[in-house]
Amino acid sequence: MSTELLETPEEQGVDYAIEVEGLTKAFGSFYALKGVDLRVPRGEFLTLLGPNGAGKTTLIKILATLSQPTAGFVSVAGVDMKTRSVEVRSVLGVISHQIYLYDDLTAEENLRFYGKMFGVANLESRIEGLLRRVGLYKRRHDSVRTYSRGMQQRLSIARALIHDPEILLLDEPDTGLDQHSADMLGEMLRDLNVPGRSIIMTTHHLERGIEMCDRVAILSGGRIVFDRRRELLDVGDFRRTYYEFTGAKG
Amino acid sequence: MGTFGGPTTSSPEQKASRLSRSAEPTRTRSAPGGMSRYFQDVGAIIWKDVISELRTKEMLSSMVVFAVLVILIFNFALEVSGVAPDLIVPGVLWVAITFAGILGLNRSMASEKDKGCLEGLMLCPVDRSAIFLGKMLGNVIFMLIVEVVVVPVLSVLFNLPILMPWLILIVVLGTFGFATVGTLLSTVAVNTRTREVMLPVLLFPIIVPLIIASVKATRAIIIGQAWADILPWLQLLGAFDVIFLVVCLLVFQFVIQE
Repeated sequence: MSTELLETPEEQGVDYAIEVEGLTKAFGSFYALKGVDLRVPRGEFLTLLGPNGAGKTTLIKILATLSQPTAGFVSVAGVDMKTRSVEVRSVLGVISHQIYLYDDLTAEENLRFYGKMFGVANLESRIEGLLRRVGLYKRRHDSVRTYSRGMQQRLSIARALIHDPEILLLDEPDTGLDQHSADMLGEMLRDLNVPGRSIIMTTHHLERGIEMCDRVAILSGGRIVFDRRRELLDVGDFRRTYYEFTGAKG
Repeated sequence: MGTFGGPTTSSPEQKASRLSRSAEPTRTRSAPGGMSRYFQDVGAIIWKDVISELRTKEMLSSMVVFAVLVILIFNFALEVSGVAPDLIVPGVLWVAITFAGILGLNRSMASEKDKGCLEGLMLCPVDRSAIFLGKMLGNVIFMLIVEVVVVPVLSVLFNLPILMPWLILIVVLGTFGFATVGTLLSTVAVNTRTREVMLPVLLFPIIVPLIIASVKATRAIIIGQAWADILPWLQLLGAFDVIFLVVCLLVFQFVIQE
């Protein structure tokens, strides 16, 4: 692998939100991740691209403490994930194509439940603020099963933000959305990128991924094969590089 | 330009102009809390399950109908046999409770799994055992509600007065043990393709001592046996409940992990 493609920042004194070293995940004899090294400074938006089966979701699941690594070290917000996973979860918000919402409960009840589970202070005002922000305040008493897919995903964003997390993990959040819903979601995701919050987003969509991020990486075959800051990226060259690594046609 | 159109790389100024993180920090726990925090988490899970069920009544209605049908079938089948009711009622009661309980356990965990909500629970900064305890106590509540209907129906159909204070204790102890093991094994079964079949296959062999003790104790109370004859069964039920509660609390985190 050409080292010029990997420009992971490793400056001295950088405050990292996420540090991953030698991360390996095996499912039987199949290795989904093969010694991934990744550092995400606090406040950075990293887009992780890659084809199906590259290991993106596996990496997000491990960072979210949903899956245990086979080998390697993971630190989130300076906390060792292996020994203090409860603390790690308290600073994480996860938005996925799975909405993690109870469709028999109303939007308000769903947020109240997750707010209680995260021990959120001033929960009622927090719920009202988030529901207004995602445009669902008027439908707050309706059960989630009556919502469209786009509305459910917006509520899922509110759920992930209920505890104002330092770190957001977005795993293909636009999967299954129509164009209009994807546009609305894109606006919201852009608003999530605020000072002090670090974001890792996985996606298949190059343009969407590149637009919002500070840094782009490509995961392919369980390895980070490309890692570069957004401002150093030539989009045309990057497209060719992406297709080269993923084996897709440009 | 891609679907999301708009600004590209964010400068710190651009970021600051957007929706900032809360002006007042949203205080959340950063470390495992004490026991009161633990039980608040358990309570939140029970509250969520009860609210969901009260809204749909899917699980309770199917459990009640199934349990009553089991009792009716036994009533018709055994009425002509001439067997004394006090010999068969304890068995019928626990067969109805067990079968209805299986329905509830399957539905309880499947609803979490199918909607991806089990992962949502696992993303919360709570001890995994709190998730187990919340789900298990929710199952106990639903089973007790079913039993409130089933016991009087059984008493009427078999014309046998079984509504006795000590029976309540036995039913509660038996239900607690059943729900404890059942909640853990339903978490195992829900990850298999044949989960409806897998749960009873896994559960029934383990709860044999619990069912024997429950049936024996129920019969002893119905026929008015001495306290000394009832006590060993109650002790067995209590020991089963305590041992399996501790074991399940300890192993749940490994069962729920991918």
